[in-house]
Amino acid sequence: MSTGQGAAAQGRPVAVPRVRAPRSFWQQSTRRLLKNRLAMVGLAVVLLYLIIAIVAPLVSPYDPAKQNYDAILLGPTGGHPLGTDGLGRDSLSRLVFGARTSLAVGLFTQLIVLTVGIPVGLVAAFSGRRSDNLLMRFVDIVFAFPDLLLIILLRAIFGGSIFMVFLAIGLVNWVIMARMVRGQALSLKEQEFVLAAKAIGVPWHSTLIRHVLPNALGPVVVLVAFGVPRAIFAEAALSYIGIGVTPPTPSWGTMVQDGYSVIFATPYPVLFPAVAIAVVMLAFTFLGDGLRDALDPRHAGLGKMR
Amino acid sequence: MTQQVRLNQPTATKDGNILIDVQHLKMYFPVTSGIIVQRKVADIKAVDDVSFFIRRGETLGLVGESGCGKTTTGRCILQLYRPTAGSVQFGELDLCKAPGQLLRAMRRKMQIVFQDPYSSLNPRMTAGSIVGEPLLIHKLVHNNKEFRQQVADLLQTVGLNPYMADRYPHEFSGGQRQRIGIARALAVRPEFMVLDEPISALDVSIQAQVLNLLEDLQGQFNLTYLFIAHDLSVVRHISDRVAVMYLGHIMEIADRNELYANPLHPYTKALLSAVPIPDPLVEAKRERIILRGDVPSPLRPPPGCVFHTRCPIAIDECRAAVPELRKVGTDHWVACIRV
Repeated sequence: MSTGQGAAAQGRPVAVPRVRAPRSFWQQSTRRLLKNRLAMVGLAVVLLYLIIAIVAPLVSPYDPAKQNYDAILLGPTGGHPLGTDGLGRDSLSRLVFGARTSLAVGLFTQLIVLTVGIPVGLVAAFSGRRSDNLLMRFVDIVFAFPDLLLIILLRAIFGGSIFMVFLAIGLVNWVIMARMVRGQALSLKEQEFVLAAKAIGVPWHSTLIRHVLPNALGPVVVLVAFGVPRAIFAEAALSYIGIGVTPPTPSWGTMVQDGYSVIFATPYPVLFPAVAIAVVMLAFTFLGDGLRDALDPRHAGLGKMR
Repeated sequence: MTQQVRLNQPTATKDGNILIDVQHLKMYFPVTSGIIVQRKVADIKAVDDVSFFIRRGETLGLVGESGCGKTTTGRCILQLYRPTAGSVQFGELDLCKAPGQLLRAMRRKMQIVFQDPYSSLNPRMTAGSIVGEPLLIHKLVHNNKEFRQQVADLLQTVGLNPYMADRYPHEFSGGQRQRIGIARALAVRPEFMVLDEPISALDVSIQAQVLNLLEDLQGQFNLTYLFIAHDLSVVRHISDRVAVMYLGHIMEIADRNELYANPLHPYTKALLSAVPIPDPLVEAKRERIILRGDVPSPLRPPPGCVFHTRCPIAIDECRAAVPELRKVGTDHWVACIRV
């Protein structure tokens, strides 16, 4: 039976479809994101930070590890635009090189959180009562375990490279993502459009990818945007107790930690890395908000009204 | 077709034209407790031993109050929930025993329209991709041009403009959204459709339009409907036969005119007496049967006839055994020992 029969049988002319080539959900989301000014500012800042991190040796005025005992705890001066720390190292250079460590920690841990947390959450929600119970109890155990203790354990087992720092922080934080995604998926599972997908005969894995995941992304994006600065601070805490990055290597977290000890002498060693972290957090939040809106067609018209 | 005669089923006037044959359908939802080891503590008997059939091309209305298991019955027929027991015969095939692969293929022949036009459409998909998804799943189109043509045809068939294909669900009104839901169900050219209160969530002015559309489509595509509703006048308008459900059981099934003219079951009588008559003089004299009490919990349904707790004519025997649907006239079955 041809589909055109319906309209034709009623004598109506079959419309020449003026339907534009259907763009995918992701293409449309990208377009919406590009139109969001605040998100673009966030993206620009993130990219700027990334570029600085990549070309760090070219833009830093000094060797970040070189100590100069004649210039200890200086405020911003001509020779040292952001001053120096307690060992006489140039703060700007350390900040620039620290971007490498801190951004890598922030981004890679979130990558781990996403790649572990989302599948576990989705599978738990959709795979039936028993495996849901099993997975979530495991999540509870990881969740209940003290983070720092778990990280120390993981570091002890897997050794000391910087990637193990990412891995350790990521493996502690994925549980939050898994729980959140499971909650979202469970509520979406009861929505009639998911049942409709089943009635149509959509295989369950496509249902997850096409119908459930896109509708659960809003909170995921927010969680990631806040997860990046959290991971940066987690790395600082680890470095403080000696299981983060090894000392001469700078990171923003360690710079803040070092600065605390001299905060009553001079605020600058804390101030500048803290500002750097604040700005990157703000940038990720803007970008995250923009992403969340871009992923939701209901926000499509709002940009124009503003 | 199963020809063996079973109790509790309207077999007598079955002819070769039966498309859907539901036998002893049960859907129990387990209630569990326990954190690590989950034990089943009870069952919610949403549908409890329901049998009926639907003839090809007819509309069977399924009425009953909220929570009586109408929706669950509809979803069980389509195997959206796998029933606890019973069989659903679609033509020659028992859907309850069909393996996943076969069932997926069968979804081309049976579809559903949902009650809530707001939650039944994925907010992140355009109308075109929602309507077109079944075409892609069942590989009914071979290229992009065909896809767009079919989507445009479908939208036009349900009275929407093809250029609306690029819009998102939130840009449509409730009635338009329900039309999208109907177009999606229609995309695979089904033989059978479960209409799960398709107009209950719509404005009264829109209800008639959608109802007419459904009637047109039935004629046009030779569809068989299971029309689930709680609005008796709507059911009377659209149905050929009507089944009345109460607390997971079917109380009465009859030809539409027969049921409305000559209701036998006390529950049916009470339901029908609640329908207002649009004539003030007649309405004033209308005798109403007011049921006392609440619907018992399906977690702990009363023994015997589930209606006996509220039935005006119940006797001791009603508490003893579940009454079977028995034939009382041409195309008229009642589950009551008092009539």
